[in-house]
Amino acid sequence: MADKKKAGAFDIRVVIALLIGIYGVVLTILGIVEKQSEVDKAAGININLWGGIGMLVFTALFVLWARLRPIAVPVEEDATEQ
Amino acid sequence: MLLKESILRLDATAIDYIIIALYFVFVLGIGYVARRAVSSSLDFFLSGRSLPAWVTGLAFISANLGAIEIMGMSANGAQYGIPTVHYFWIGAVPAMLFLGVVMMPFYYGSKVRSVPEFMLRRFGKPAHLVNAVSFALAQVLIAGVNLFLLATIVNVLLGWPIWVSVIVAAAIVLSYITLGGLSAAIYNEVLQFFVIVAALLPLTLVGLHKVGGWQGLVDKVSGSPGGSEQMSAWPGNALSGFHNNFLSVIGIVFGLGFVLSFGYWTTNFTEVQRALASKNMSAARRTPIIGSFPKMFIPFIVIIPGIIAAVVVPELAQFKATGSGQVDYNDALLLLMRDLLPNGMLGLAITGLLASFMAGMAANLSSFNTVMSYDIIERYVIKDRPDDFYLRTGRWVTVAGTLIAIGTAAIASGYSNLMDYLQQLFSFFNAPLFATFILGMFWKRMTAAAGWIGLVSGTATAILVFVLSENGVINLPGQGASFVGAGAAFVVDILISVVVSTMTRPKEESELVGLVYSLTPKEQRTEVAVAGDGGWYRKPVLLAGISLALTIVLNIIFA
Repeated sequence: MADKKKAGAFDIRVVIALLIGIYGVVLTILGIVEKQSEVDKAAGININLWGGIGMLVFTALFVLWARLRPIAVPVEEDATEQ
Repeated sequence: MLLKESILRLDATAIDYIIIALYFVFVLGIGYVARRAVSSSLDFFLSGRSLPAWVTGLAFISANLGAIEIMGMSANGAQYGIPTVHYFWIGAVPAMLFLGVVMMPFYYGSKVRSVPEFMLRRFGKPAHLVNAVSFALAQVLIAGVNLFLLATIVNVLLGWPIWVSVIVAAAIVLSYITLGGLSAAIYNEVLQFFVIVAALLPLTLVGLHKVGGWQGLVDKVSGSPGGSEQMSAWPGNALSGFHNNFLSVIGIVFGLGFVLSFGYWTTNFTEVQRALASKNMSAARRTPIIGSFPKMFIPFIVIIPGIIAAVVVPELAQFKATGSGQVDYNDALLLLMRDLLPNGMLGLAITGLLASFMAGMAANLSSFNTVMSYDIIERYVIKDRPDDFYLRTGRWVTVAGTLIAIGTAAIASGYSNLMDYLQQLFSFFNAPLFATFILGMFWKRMTAAAGWIGLVSGTATAILVFVLSENGVINLPGQGASFVGAGAAFVVDILISVVVSTMTRPKEESELVGLVYSLTPKEQRTEVAVAGDGGWYRKPVLLAGISLALTIVLNIIFA
């Protein structure tokens, strides 16, 4: 049972938030320094900037979710833990 | 190939490579972390049956969101337009809901470790062997398709030689699956899902903006060789291959919607395995039902970009008008990325595609190793060894499967429309399988002999229809031949099974508890109330109802 608890302690939401968050930061910075030619390529939308901001919002929501609803350790494992 | 390279080569810069590399660091990291959780074969093959429903639900659709889905469906979108949504709204969602509501209680409740093992308990060894071997074979074939597509994409986009990308991709998939088993595969599928959405959603939005919004797209497609019928889902004549509207609707609903898709989604162990990895009966039933919600919206980020590409990318528009050129429909997504995305977002889009191809292959391999180890090796070849022997076997089988997939990648290269190729495979293996399962689950009189004889004759029928249509005896363009083949296989399987059952002796009723509907007590079929499973949104049947209603609304909007 001890091994399974370790699997439970690994929260995939945090991993997803971390990766998307890094992408968000990189793209937002790229978007801020974007050349006009790149913006024109994407039909006039600064997609790096908006995409980056979107990903940062997503990251915030996922972190919030992981914070508000942390992984619950099943009841029968509590006894062995203490 | 050289010409194609010069057209499709993406202008990837250092920042794009950094974004791609970052993803692979995470993929391998997940494999490494998941390894700590593997201490028995059940951990390796079924994640110790411990995962929450939203994780298995997303993995459930991600496992299917491989190269065939992304490239094939955007290609279909470019070629046929909106009717391609039938692969999702008719050809996936209803079957996923059926799996969760009706069939999962038997799979999860009987505690089998694989779909072939259910076959073994219900029908005995011959049916089990037929199912296990044909499934394992199909998985390495499809893994090969995924691997081949991955390698061609890397070759075309980044200019790496095909053999280098084949080996690098195979090595990455191999390392995280052999390390972390199904948990690594599933966690990576969930991560992959979000990366794919992050890659394709911006592409779709930029593309829609480019053509002047939805109305602009409708106008452009109506004015293109596709015509306005490509912007409405029904009756979908071009897709089904039937000229008659009525036959086309029947073909799509019964051929694609019933036989092909129910066969695929409810008996394909690659999918069912994700649900078996969940933590309890309620979570297992919710797995495909939760998956159906993102599934019904995936067409918007896969098919729509394909449709846009066919009207805004000059080379593809020319191909659609004349039927010749240096590109074809399978390039739709790549061409749109090339034309619209700046560096940065471009790197993310390439990452999304690579993620999808690798996870598709990983899903095939992680179900292949389970069936090979539990159903073939443990059952027939090397019996009664300690559990850690089968854990090691699983890791080595994964290595062998990867090597075979590299070989089968070559087979996949011979077919121009990958979707056609796979539909053929599905109609071979899945349609008769579904017939046998559904009859076996609801008719206790069905005998063991009927199980395997029905399965073999159904599969033979599908192969016969395939051969006839290849030789031009049956002439149906589009997916029509697959629909007919699957339908015939289903009907023949049922008929033969019924006839054989009446002539052979049924199994004892005591052996069928938990496997057949009428012999399974209600408590065993429904979830026990578990702490943390409260709330209306955790009720499988209610969720399924909402999903079905949404799908019907979508069908009406796009009719």
